[in-house]
Amino acid sequence: MPVVEARGLKKYYDGVVAVDGLDLVVEEGEIYGLLGPNGAGKTTTILILLGLTEPTAGEVRVLGYDPAREPLKVKRVTGYLPENLGFYDDLSARENLLYTAYLNRIPEREARKRVTEVLELVGLADVADRRVGTFSRGMKQRLGIADVLLKDPKFVILDEPTSGIDPEGAVQILDMIVRLRDERGMTILLSSHLLHQVQRICDRMGIIHQGKLVAQGTLGELGAVVEAGEMSFEVRTSRVDEGLLEALRGIEGVTAVEREGDLIRVRASADVRPHIARAVIESGADLLELKGHTYTLEEIYLRYFQG
Amino acid sequence: MSAVFWKELADHLGSKRFVIFFFLILIVGGASTYLAAQALSGTQQGAEFIYLRLFTVSGGGLPSFLGFLAFFGPLIGVVLGFDAINSEFNRGTVSRVLAQPIYRDWWINGKFLAGITALAIAVASIILIIVGLGLYILGFPPDGAEISRTAMFFVISVVYLGFWLSLGILFSIVFRQTATSALASIAVWLFFTLFLYMLAGLVADQVAPIKPGVGADVFAKHESIRDLVLRFSPVALYEEATTAILIPNYRGLGIAALLQEVTIPTSPLPLGQSLLIVWPQLVGLVALTSVCFAISYVIFMRREIRST
Ligand SMILES: Nc1ncnc2c1ncn2[C@@H]1O[C@H](COP(=O)(O)OP(=O)(O)OP(=O)(O)O)[C@@H](O)[C@H]1O
Ligand SMILES: [Mg+2]
Repeated sequence: MPVVEARGLKKYYDGVVAVDGLDLVVEEGEIYGLLGPNGAGKTTTILILLGLTEPTAGEVRVLGYDPAREPLKVKRVTGYLPENLGFYDDLSARENLLYTAYLNRIPEREARKRVTEVLELVGLADVADRRVGTFSRGMKQRLGIADVLLKDPKFVILDEPTSGIDPEGAVQILDMIVRLRDERGMTILLSSHLLHQVQRICDRMGIIHQGKLVAQGTLGELGAVVEAGEMSFEVRTSRVDEGLLEALRGIEGVTAVEREGDLIRVRASADVRPHIARAVIESGADLLELKGHTYTLEEIYLRYFQG
Repeated sequence: MSAVFWKELADHLGSKRFVIFFFLILIVGGASTYLAAQALSGTQQGAEFIYLRLFTVSGGGLPSFLGFLAFFGPLIGVVLGFDAINSEFNRGTVSRVLAQPIYRDWWINGKFLAGITALAIAVASIILIIVGLGLYILGFPPDGAEISRTAMFFVISVVYLGFWLSLGILFSIVFRQTATSALASIAVWLFFTLFLYMLAGLVADQVAPIKPGVGADVFAKHESIRDLVLRFSPVALYEEATTAILIPNYRGLGIAALLQEVTIPTSPLPLGQSLLIVWPQLVGLVALTSVCFAISYVIFMRREIRST
C-alpha cells in the first residue's frame, strides 16, 4: 500500500485554482520531492494530506486513512514541519517539545526521555533549556525537526525544510533527512524549490506547476522525458570556422548551433553525433571531444517552465 | 485535553496581564470592602447578613465590590480570551499544534477551562481576602447562611466571567488580528455596561412615556419594557442574580416586587427560594456562553490551518 495516494485532487479558493486535478503517489520508504515555483500549490497539497484544509474535489488516502474524515488517525503517525514554523517563544526548547509530547499522549517519563533523545539528534542538547525566543532561524528549524520526530512517525512531511538556512545548515538538515529514511525507515515527502538539494537526496520527485503535476519520476526519468524533445551536444575541435558551423547547421534535425569560445554547442531533435563527427572531419579540423549532455534538474525544471 | 489545560493555565497564572488585573481587583475590591466594613462596623453581631452587605454596600465614593465586579469583571474575562486562537496563528504555532492528534474543539475547550480556572482562582482568593478583612474589622465570623450565599455568589460570578471569556475566545477566532479582537471585545463590553442601559431607557420612554399624571400601569409598563431590553444583557442578568443572592429580602424584579416591598415588611427568603428567583438569569448566562461556543466551533472546525 502506498503511503500517499491522491487522485484528482482539486482545491479552489473562491475563484483561484490552487490545486488542479493532482495525482500523487508516494511509496513506502522513499524520499519524494515536490518541486515547483512559488504559488504552484505545494503547501496547499500538503495541507490537504494532513486534513488541515479540505479539498474541493478528489480522493486522498494517507497510510490508508482519509485525512478529511479521520484526521486524528493520520496525525498520530504523520509528522509535519510547517512552512512558517512557530514555537512558544517564552518556553524553553525542552518545554516546547514536552508540550508536543503530551499532546500525543506520551506519558511523562517516556516523554522526557524522548525529548532528550531528539534534542541530541538535532544537536540542540546544550541549549535545551534556553528560551526558544533567543534561537536563530536555523536552530528553530532543527527544533522543528526534533518536534516532528518526537512521536516517532511513519511518514514525515517537510514543507521547505531548508528555506532560510545557510548552506552548511542546509547540508546538515538534508543529511538528517537521509538518515531518517536509512536508519528509521521513514517515508518522507518534502517540498522545495531549491533544486540541487532535492536532486541530491530525493528518490523520486514531482514537478508541480499551477496546481498540476507536470512530470514525475527519478532524476533519470525526468531527464529522459526532456531529452525526447530535444538533445544537446558539446563539440570541441582543434579549429573553429564559419564553414564548420554552417556545415553543422546543415545537418538534418539540428535546431541550433552556438559557439562558446572553442566549444560548440549543438541542439538537435535526434541523436546526430555520427553526422557531427563526419562534418568536423570533412571541414579538415580534428575532433577533440564530442559528448551528449546529461541534464541537471535545474535545466529540466527550467525547460518545463519555459514552455 | 489535559495537556492543553495545564499549559494554558500555567500561561495565564504566569502572565503579566493576569497578575495586573488580579492586583487591580484586589486593591479596588479591598478598598471598597474596607470602606463598607467601616460603615457597617457599628452594627451588632446578629444583624442580618452583614457579611453579604460587605459585597453590596458602597461607601466613600467607591462602588460596591459587586458593582465593581459587574463592571470590570467582563474586561478580565475578555482579556484572558481575546488572543487565545489568533495569537497561535500569528506565532505560527497553530500548524504545529493541530498537526498533533488532538481535536480542534478540545483545543478550544482546554483553553476555556484553563481560563475559567484562572478566573475562579482569582475570584475565590479575592472573596476570601474580603471575608478575612471583614472578620478583622467586624470581629465575628460569618454564619452558615452567609457562607452558603457567598459560595453561590462565587459560582454566579465565575459563570458571568466565563461568558466574557467565551466571548473573548470567539473574537479570537473571528478576527485574525489580536488588536481587532481586543477592540471588538471592548466595544461589546462598553455596549453592555453602558449603552444598553441608556438604550433600554430610551426604548421604554418611546413605548410608554411617563408624563405627569399617568397611572401606575404606565409606570409598570415602562419598567417592564426596560427590564425586557436589559434581559438581553449579561451584565443585567448578573446584577439581578447576585442581588437576589446577596440581598436575601429581594423578592423579584420589576415594579410589582418593588411595590410589595414597600407595603409589606419582608422577611429574608431561604437560599432555595433565592436560587429559584435567579435560576432564569443563571440559565441565561450559561445559554449566552453556549452560543459563543457554538459559533466558535462552527467557524473553527472547518477553517484552513495555514500559518503565514
Ligand atoms: N487562503 C487562500 N485564499 C486564496 N488563495 C489562496 C489561499 N491560499 C493559497 N492561495 C493561492 O493558492 C495558490 C497555491 O498556494 P500554495 O501556498 O499552495 O503555493 P506553494 O506552492 O506552497 O508556494 P510557495 O513556494 O510560495 O510556498 C497560490 O496562487 C495562492 O495565492
Ligand atoms: Mg508553500
